[in-house]
Amino acid sequence: MRLGFFLLWMTLLPPAAQAVVDAYQFDSEADRRRYNALIDELRCPKCQNQNLAGSDAPIAQDLRSEVYRMIQAGDSDQEILNFMHRRYGDFVLYRPRLTLETLALWLGPLLLVAIGGLIWWRLSRGVEKSEAVESENLSETEQARLKALLEQRDD
Amino acid sequence: MGRLKLFIPLFVFLVLAGLFFAVETEVSEGEYDPKALPSALIGQPFPAFTLPALLREDPVDESLLKGKVSIVNVWATWCPTCLFEHPFLVDLSERGEVVVFGINYKDNPDKAREWLAAKGNPFAVNIVDESGKLGLDLGVTGAPETFVVDKAGIVRMRYQGGLDETIWQRRFVPLLEQIAAEETL
Repeated sequence: MRLGFFLLWMTLLPPAAQAVVDAYQFDSEADRRRYNALIDELRCPKCQNQNLAGSDAPIAQDLRSEVYRMIQAGDSDQEILNFMHRRYGDFVLYRPRLTLETLALWLGPLLLVAIGGLIWWRLSRGVEKSEAVESENLSETEQARLKALLEQRDD
Repeated sequence: MGRLKLFIPLFVFLVLAGLFFAVETEVSEGEYDPKALPSALIGQPFPAFTLPALLREDPVDESLLKGKVSIVNVWATWCPTCLFEHPFLVDLSERGEVVVFGINYKDNPDKAREWLAAKGNPFAVNIVDESGKLGLDLGVTGAPETFVVDKAGIVRMRYQGGLDETIWQRRFVPLLEQIAAEETL
């Protein structure tokens, strides 16, 4: 049982836990945190769905060293994100800017929730309706038929 | 009505099957590559650079790409697909329809010179980008990649992956015709 819990726990660990580690020296702990946050936030342009921190692709190594270089040069987070965005477009940002092209990414989930909600609402109304029908009194002909059937059984 | 409702899952299945079939056909015909990344550089000037040339004494800069429509091919000796597309590039440069420049990307210049001596040199000029800095400015994610740059030095297209005659005819020729038409206006 404990092993089961352990295995379940293992599957829940985020994949980012397998991040690649480069031996970069930073001037301050704040810079190191900024670096780690940026490579977590930026997406490897060669990979389908990995951040810079998690990728071993040569381009991801280059981009990590570029992030490091820019942090050491005193560039702000926004300047670094802009630098990457100018070269690799919206793909490189895991939180893409809200533009006409990325609208589907931002609003798609809300739309799906709305559709799901609508279906749920319709279904739940259907259940209430059918319950209501059952609780209604039988019509006269139905009562007569029920009586006849019950009498039949008694025979 | 109740009967028709039973067919909703079948209907959904048919729509999805049709959609997947259409996409898969596009992929197998090379019309659509789900891994290809739209370039952020389309419609932008080719990035500025000053870099050594592979077979020339003097360094070159972005003015090299102005005044004519050019094809810029990012390649390296470590890249297997570059080996595959090399004969096509040689053929293309021999036809003389368009000038082909090379960017020798993150490579050893000596190996690159050996490669060109052995397999033929399709490139009018080869820009040596040993550090990958120009590649980074171009938004290159690997090799090979091919850019179309117009007379004004504006990037018009980026193609990721190996070139061959089919891809050339389908993806490049229409754009080159369009650029030629723009110039006669």
